[in-house]
Amino acid sequence: MHGDPLNLLAILVMALGAYGCRAGGYWLFNRVNPSPAVRALLAYVPGCLFVSYVTPAVINGGPKAWVGAAVAAVTMKLTGSLVWPIFTGTAAAWLTWLLMS
Amino acid sequence: MSIATRFTWAGIRRGLRASPALVVAGLPFGVVTGLAAQSQGLTLAEATLMSMFVFAGSAQLLAIGAWTAPVSVLSVGLASFSVNLRFLLMGPLLAPWLDHLRGWRRGLSLFLLVDHNWALSLREIKAGERDAAYLIGSGAPLWITWVACTIAGHLLGSVVAAPPGHPVYFAGLTVFIALLLPMWRGLGDLLPWAVAGAVAFSVSRLLPGSSWHIVVGALAGGLAGGLRDRWRRS
Repeated sequence: MHGDPLNLLAILVMALGAYGCRAGGYWLFNRVNPSPAVRALLAYVPGCLFVSYVTPAVINGGPKAWVGAAVAAVTMKLTGSLVWPIFTGTAAAWLTWLLMS
Repeated sequence: MSIATRFTWAGIRRGLRASPALVVAGLPFGVVTGLAAQSQGLTLAEATLMSMFVFAGSAQLLAIGAWTAPVSVLSVGLASFSVNLRFLLMGPLLAPWLDHLRGWRRGLSLFLLVDHNWALSLREIKAGERDAAYLIGSGAPLWITWVACTIAGHLLGSVVAAPPGHPVYFAGLTVFIALLLPMWRGLGDLLPWAVAGAVAFSVSRLLPGSSWHIVVGALAGGLAGGLRDRWRRS
């Protein structure tokens, strides 16, 4: 059993969708010269993108996400490392989840 | 700007050295994706091919969750596209590097683009790094780990079954939080960030299960900041 043709087609379409997004934005902005206003807007996008990713996930995640996010943020501030927040944040979320279930 | 943008082994090595933290962060995500694929009836070959060619964690998890027998090609294709829409906004910001690459170097750089190595690369660009090979150096270990963890997760199968909402899924989010904090440039970011957060949260409630909230929130925050700056100048 190696793969169902329809499943393989779905995977191919997914791959095209993902690469289309990765390369498409760059391709488009290479052809359309962005105005200064668009450039200013784009400068705010990175931070806003991460805020948009994190905010709903944390709020909708419930108490375990709230505690985990706070612990991860404090750990980042204290250590300046990208690795420690993974462990302290996930452990805090897990602990909260265990205590509440 | 005295040194031209280049693409060297030294750049690859610099990227490689930056990758371990990202690799660690991706481990649970990859295993969880493999497990989910197995539980939804995807074969090991299918799960592996998906991770090799799609290489997008949240998109794959979302699509796998929506996998039916027979699969709806349109719905999983749209899931992949909409979750990855954020890359449309992320790619152009790497132009200082990508503009100087051609052929497979540019194609592979874009293929290996994920949230985390994008954030690192952006930091490097702002710090004046001119070696564009950094993107491939930091992305390749993530790709290898992603595929390996998918396989491991699929093989683990029913042995370690994490239900939806299990705290192991939280590991991915902690990385985003850690990456977000250094992006704060000062009080000028307060309004755009607040707008982005509020809009993203509202959209996430209106369109649950999609990733539109990320794109719409980021655009709303960017617009708020851009318009505010314009109004201040005039």
